[in-house]
Amino acid sequence: MTLIEGVGGGDLAVPAPPASVATRRPATAATGAVVAAAVAVSVGSLVPAGYLVVRGSEAGLARMLEVASEGRTLALLVRSGLLALAVTAASVAISVPVAWLTARTDLPWRRAWVVLTALPLAIPTYVGGYAFVAALGPRGIAQGWLEPLGVERLPSIYGFPGAFLALTLFSYPYVLLTVRAALRRLDPSLEEASRSLGRGRLATFVHVTLPQLRPAIVAGSLLVALYALHDFGAVSLLRFDSFTRVIYTQYRGSLDRSAAAVLGLVLMAVTLALVTAELRTRGSSAYHRLHGGGARSAPPVGLGRWRWPAAAACGLLVAAALLVPLGVIAYWLVRGTTSADPLRLTLDLVGNSLQASALGAVVSLAAAWPVAVLSVRRPGLLASVVERATYVGYALPGIVVALSLVFFGARVAPAIYQTRTLLVFAYVVLFLPQAVGALRASLLQVPPSLEEASRLLGVHPFGTARRVVLPLVRPGALAGLALVFLTCMKELPATLLLAPTGYQTLATQVWGATSEAFFSRAAAPALALVALSAIPMVLLTRGEERQPPRRRPDGR
Amino acid sequence: MPNSLRPPVWRRLPVLLVSLALVAAACGSDDGDEPAGSAEGSGADEAGSLTVYSGRSEELVGPLLERFETDTGIGIEVRYGDTAEMAGQIIEEGDNSPADVFYGQDAGALGALSSEGLLAPLDAEVIGVVEEQFRSVDDLWVGTSGRLRALAYNTEAVSEEEIPASILDLTDPAWEGRLGWAPTNGSFQAFVTALRVLVGEDGARAWLEGIEANGVTVYENNVAIVEAVAAGEIDAGFVNHYYRFQLEADGSDMSDVENHYFTDGDPGALVNVAGVGIVEGTDEQASAERLVEYLLEPEAQEYFATETFEIPLVDGVEAAAALPDLTVLEQPDLDLAQLEDLEGTLALLTDVGVL
Repeated sequence: MTLIEGVGGGDLAVPAPPASVATRRPATAATGAVVAAAVAVSVGSLVPAGYLVVRGSEAGLARMLEVASEGRTLALLVRSGLLALAVTAASVAISVPVAWLTARTDLPWRRAWVVLTALPLAIPTYVGGYAFVAALGPRGIAQGWLEPLGVERLPSIYGFPGAFLALTLFSYPYVLLTVRAALRRLDPSLEEASRSLGRGRLATFVHVTLPQLRPAIVAGSLLVALYALHDFGAVSLLRFDSFTRVIYTQYRGSLDRSAAAVLGLVLMAVTLALVTAELRTRGSSAYHRLHGGGARSAPPVGLGRWRWPAAAACGLLVAAALLVPLGVIAYWLVRGTTSADPLRLTLDLVGNSLQASALGAVVSLAAAWPVAVLSVRRPGLLASVVERATYVGYALPGIVVALSLVFFGARVAPAIYQTRTLLVFAYVVLFLPQAVGALRASLLQVPPSLEEASRLLGVHPFGTARRVVLPLVRPGALAGLALVFLTCMKELPATLLLAPTGYQTLATQVWGATSEAFFSRAAAPALALVALSAIPMVLLTRGEERQPPRRRPDGR
Repeated sequence: MPNSLRPPVWRRLPVLLVSLALVAAACGSDDGDEPAGSAEGSGADEAGSLTVYSGRSEELVGPLLERFETDTGIGIEVRYGDTAEMAGQIIEEGDNSPADVFYGQDAGALGALSSEGLLAPLDAEVIGVVEEQFRSVDDLWVGTSGRLRALAYNTEAVSEEEIPASILDLTDPAWEGRLGWAPTNGSFQAFVTALRVLVGEDGARAWLEGIEANGVTVYENNVAIVEAVAAGEIDAGFVNHYYRFQLEADGSDMSDVENHYFTDGDPGALVNVAGVGIVEGTDEQASAERLVEYLLEPEAQEYFATETFEIPLVDGVEAAAALPDLTVLEQPDLDLAQLEDLEGTLALLTDVGVL
């Protein structure tokens, strides 16, 4: 039984093997179904790409090449690329130390920091962006506080600095969550061996811990980089001319769909290059193990006199990424209640938001399953093509994906057009990689030999998936659910264009109010949006916290 | 052993999410004006119910459209969104559009839809109450309320006398570092199109370059400009007139912000409109016509004057006291149909480096 406990346990009560099965190569029977499902998912994910090709080619090949190779397009690409790079680097720089502090040390109020440092993800950038401008603008709230000190105006945050700051602070948790989860699952005995062989704490971290965290860092970084490429809220409010902003401008200004489509195709090519790079770094390392070495978690490191400075650093991060936006929303709320404006928060809005997002999360997870299984268990050309395809929707600006599904829905599938079905489909196309990534990370740590054992013992492939694999990947599955849920809650363009007519959500309500300057009317729904998105996050991080309880080798 | 390894919350989360979806589905279907049938049924609209794609937000026109429902007994379903995105949506939907009526925030989007052949002709008699200048020449859409271009300025930093008679003279170095604009904004782009018509391509280019040379600050939208003017971040900005009033109604301190309206046929005195058109191929022609008519009736015009701080376009309804009368303003000599060449404007803005 030590074999099973080593990887986290689960329901492994299996019947006795019928003799005949033992001769068959395990798992192959399931492969056909998995492959078919994965291919179907990737075809669905490619709908926006098909649309872009259709619209782009209307302009003719010559014009397409002209737009794609214009100096301006290239300049945009460089600007957006630099932004994505900077945001990703900063996210890693924030996340690795914070993950270590909150997972491995005796940081004061550690449990609270575990939850709080993940929560900025619940803040939509189109709210956070307004908040940053209001708080840190040249004559914003912060300047008001500094006025007595003779500060007439703060340096402008518009452009690169503001977009960088907002994107980093609202997306770093993607890296934090994956790194922290990986850190908790690490086998402390490797680090202990390094220490006992005379390496210092820092050297051990750099040479032993960090390499083991690499897949988690890379996976999280990819999510952050693509987020920075496709996000519209932060770059528009903080006025940084990114690819996405220009694509929006094209659509909004001239309804010039073909030029916008060409830009979309360029952005898609960049994404695929990034995803390919990530696939390359994966290499062939194995991250699972069978022996019982991981059955305990590492003892917390004593921070000594660094305890309070470390807590202060966490505090600073949470203040900037969480308290600033929440403070500004609260200010809107107070301003609104004094002007006797009714709170625009109805049960209907809450219900619609929860319903669409929960469905989006559950269906995304189901769609992610075959993709993740294929990528982990049958790596190869097909798997990498399928996995890349799922990233297409994630990297494209929401408006492009939404319009492509308008095109597809109204012309090909009018029966589901502007129904919840198509809306949920849109969410899956948009956010699938979050579910695939989380699931994949967990699946990597499941030794294939466990599945093979189950198959050898005569359990049907689906039975094996349900009774052996699912319990083992539960943490990843739940993380995927929580991430997709929260991203769907914030989603705007697809919800506006594809939800059933009259189907309003918290996000559309917030957008409608802020776009007409009715900030106080946006406050209550915005607060509800953040609070409800935070719930799965809190459950997730608290569950994560309880996950590696000191399991004892005797199997309890 | 296995159960003790899984803390209870871990098991509850998926169950929680699924039940959430189910519960929400249950309550979502029995309230609101959105019957479950149409949500799950076909994308085409149901008989007897009018589908409106509104690029004007619910905050602005929601109450008015509800009043239409009560007054006429015609059921109405509204999809709210961004004006250009909604127009783009109708274009992408093509012949299968469930939309019966498009209600947009600027003439440009209406023009785009009509040049795609997606708007059906309106009853010339009904829309005749609106001056020719504010409706399409071929009766495909009609303006419902007017929106003035204005220069919002901070009274602490700018005196009314200091503002030149023509918007063209704001390129004067005296305005260096003091102005703000929002080049991605539809109304601003409509103004630039008007400028191209009125002073020619070169004149428009010279103005853009002059303002740019004055170190103009770029904002995302009109709201951001007015807030920046109120905060003293800039002295003045090119906006639509009503944002100042909306922000004030929302509780912002607008005591230092005033609108300056250009007059005497100056390009700065452009009036744009929010307007409405019937989508070609609608199966609710009668109801759609009724809505267009309703929006031009005195009650609706009164609503625009008092609730959205816009300019009524029908005779006999007065604009809010704080606003100038259209007749006093003397708009530039052009009609809104001339503002259709947005592509040329975008090309110019891009070329000058503004976009």
